[in-house]
Amino acid sequence: MITLTVNGTQHELDVEADMPLLWVLRDFLELTGTKFGCGVAQCGACTVQLDGEPIRSCVIPVAAAAGRQVTTIEGLSPDRSHPVQKAWIENDVAQCGYCQSGQIMAAAALIKAKPSPTDADIDEAMTNICRCGTYQPMRTAIKRAAELAREVS
Amino acid sequence: MNALSTGLSRRGFVKATLSAGGGLALGFHLPALAAADGPWAGAADGAEINAWLVIAADDTVTIRVAQSDMGQGVFTSMPMIVAEELECDWQHVRAEFASANRSLREDRVYQRMGTGGSNAVRISRPYLQQAGASARERLIAAAADEWGVAPETCHASASRVVHEPSGRSKRYGELAAAAAAVELEAEPAIRKPGEYKLLGTSVPKLDVPAKVDGSAVYGIDVRVPDMVYATVAACPVWEGRLSSVDAEPARKLRGVIDVLEFEDAVVVVADSFWRAKQGLDALDPQWDLGEHADASTEAFLERFRKALDDKGVVAKENGDAYDALEGAAKVVEADYSAPYLAHLALEPVNCTVHIQEDRVDVWTGSQNPESVLSVAAEVSGRPAEQVHVHSCFLGGGFGRRSRPDFVARAVAVAARVDRPVQVIWTREEDTRTGHYRPLAAFRFRAGLDAEGTPVALVNRSSTHSILAGLRPEAVADGLDQSSLSWLADSPYAIANLSVEHHLQRTHVPVWFWRAVGATQNAFAIESFIDELALAADMCPWQFRRQLLGSRPDMIPVLDAAAEQAGWDRSLPAGRGHGIALVEGFGSICAQVADVSVSRDGKVTVNRVVTALDCGNTVNPQTIEQQVQSSIVYGLSAALWGKVEINGGRARHGNFDRHRVLKMAEAPRMETHLVLAGGDKWGGVGEPAVPPVVPAVCNAIFAATGKRIRDLPLADQDLSWS
Repeated sequence: MITLTVNGTQHELDVEADMPLLWVLRDFLELTGTKFGCGVAQCGACTVQLDGEPIRSCVIPVAAAAGRQVTTIEGLSPDRSHPVQKAWIENDVAQCGYCQSGQIMAAAALIKAKPSPTDADIDEAMTNICRCGTYQPMRTAIKRAAELAREVS
Repeated sequence: MNALSTGLSRRGFVKATLSAGGGLALGFHLPALAAADGPWAGAADGAEINAWLVIAADDTVTIRVAQSDMGQGVFTSMPMIVAEELECDWQHVRAEFASANRSLREDRVYQRMGTGGSNAVRISRPYLQQAGASARERLIAAAADEWGVAPETCHASASRVVHEPSGRSKRYGELAAAAAAVELEAEPAIRKPGEYKLLGTSVPKLDVPAKVDGSAVYGIDVRVPDMVYATVAACPVWEGRLSSVDAEPARKLRGVIDVLEFEDAVVVVADSFWRAKQGLDALDPQWDLGEHADASTEAFLERFRKALDDKGVVAKENGDAYDALEGAAKVVEADYSAPYLAHLALEPVNCTVHIQEDRVDVWTGSQNPESVLSVAAEVSGRPAEQVHVHSCFLGGGFGRRSRPDFVARAVAVAARVDRPVQVIWTREEDTRTGHYRPLAAFRFRAGLDAEGTPVALVNRSSTHSILAGLRPEAVADGLDQSSLSWLADSPYAIANLSVEHHLQRTHVPVWFWRAVGATQNAFAIESFIDELALAADMCPWQFRRQLLGSRPDMIPVLDAAAEQAGWDRSLPAGRGHGIALVEGFGSICAQVADVSVSRDGKVTVNRVVTALDCGNTVNPQTIEQQVQSSIVYGLSAALWGKVEINGGRARHGNFDRHRVLKMAEAPRMETHLVLAGGDKWGGVGEPAVPPVVPAVCNAIFAATGKRIRDLPLADQDLSWS
């Protein structure tokens, strides 16, 4: 049995230790906000936070997440009130939206680590693929989210 | 106002109840966080005024969307068109996907449900406006009837019907049930451009909130009680067969339920996707690769190019191009080629199917729920009326999801599984067994007179026909018009023209790829036009401009792109501007790219300025987003895009070898709408894809003196000194 804490809730799971965290989230916990795009840590659609750090859950064995705090898009806020979510809505960022959970989780980690991210910081941290090409509004939204987060703190 | 009030009938209620059951929510539960108040829930509550809209007692208006949303914003723009006429408060509007099953049963009440060709607004607008206008008049008639006044003395505004002389008013929610029973004697006229209040204003997309908290339901997110998962490996060479497979290594793994053999594939069914994939990885299927096991892109291209030695089927002819070439002062000749391209939608194709005694349920993100329905009926052998398609959001479409091959496979799998099954393709399987933008080769020969005016062009292309596989009769004359975009319909005035075509076929399946034929053709011809400008010693902008005598409507668009980009600004060595112009999907699009190339050949696209004439607008913010999306999509293809065929198969399957543009590589993008207005309604999802590629290639020439005649750029040596 593996003990996994996701969005503050503890789960006891009878799954293989090497099953990627992504599939445990999607197929066993029904947290489908985290997406499958490539399976080889190339696209970032599966990005979640592990103890606050953005990781690509498609290549992280569930055992490596045991005993740590997993945060998925569903746990970012209960009501779309996280600064990144607010800024995303304000800037109408999403198109097809499939990559957006991963992008938002990466952006949330970025503004936490760097409260005033520069363009270079954004370029370095935001390596997830968006096939709809929402990069320009996403960059604007990240800066806006950082501003909203600074206002709160 | 010719209204006939017939009192309350049950019909509206019955239909509304049915539609609640026929929508997205039927028979499956939404993932944990999918709130019931979201526009994806599909359980419209209230009185159905017509098939397109339902009004609830609290004034909520649910508008049905017959087209698919793959990011292009129809989940908002279609409801905007209805709401424009309905005079409802936009804050009360929600959207849900229309039912293909209902459209089948009710004589195509949703008219058409396919999404492609940048057609959604262009085709749907008149009948969606009509649906909204009709509903408005029926609400007015219901109120007038209740008050015993003439409908002409009432008007609708902000979800209310108002009778000003008496100061009375009623909310739509209070009138909906009665309005549902009203029959109009004649349909009201619809508004024209210039009369719009909502259309033409930027409205935030209705589906964005659901896409920031993980609750939007894509096909891959569907969870049906008792559902199992499956994943597929098809013969790596198209048209090949499965010879044999020892299922045991998979069967003994945890969670594996079954190993299914198909004529051309093996499928593993398990209790979770990862276990299904583990099962598949454990197998060593033996394939009969068939007769194409030695095929390669290289050999195809050699064949395509060889054909260009001969005159092809003539698609368009003006004057005598061959004769005029003889007499030309200067002749310019060049060969171009464009590779196969995969769509690479981020959500791998997937489809969930449950076959029961008296019904077949299909959940998927598709660009055509009607074709999903008919394919599912055909493969399951059930009457079409028994098939229910539950439309989900699409994690990218780009044309890929208009082909229902994956649905056919999923239904065939479901027919052999006694439970609901979700079939998910891995990224590699999706890419390698995809259906690609055609490989193409071109040869252009042009003659200029002593003043540099082009007087002759022989324009030969050699490529696949997409239509040949769909409607062979459409290409009986050896021409596929979808392969000839921007070749046969080029606006540039060249007195002697011969546009010729060689239709090719390989075993590699081809399909519509965002913006279709113009993507390969515009790269070639818009680059060649630059070569002619150079030969004429003219600026590429002015050279195009002087050839647009027959299309004065294109000139302001071309000029806007050049002027807004600062075309005449001098740029340092290694940096250049490139321009291109393409009309497609009813819209004119000109783009200027500002590109830097380092001495060792690294390309950076600094900025892309777009001018677009799509005539009129529904949601301008969405248009700008679609232009940006098109640029990023086109740039990914220009820089790295290719599907390399070797040994009869696609060599690479994942993003490590199919590189696409990321945040750091995205240029600054500016969009300028240069709208002709009037009756013109052009598409916006695709027109900005074709010009960006030649604009960048022309900029590279300006920066380095290197002419790009083959793609992708990553395969070219762009170093300079």
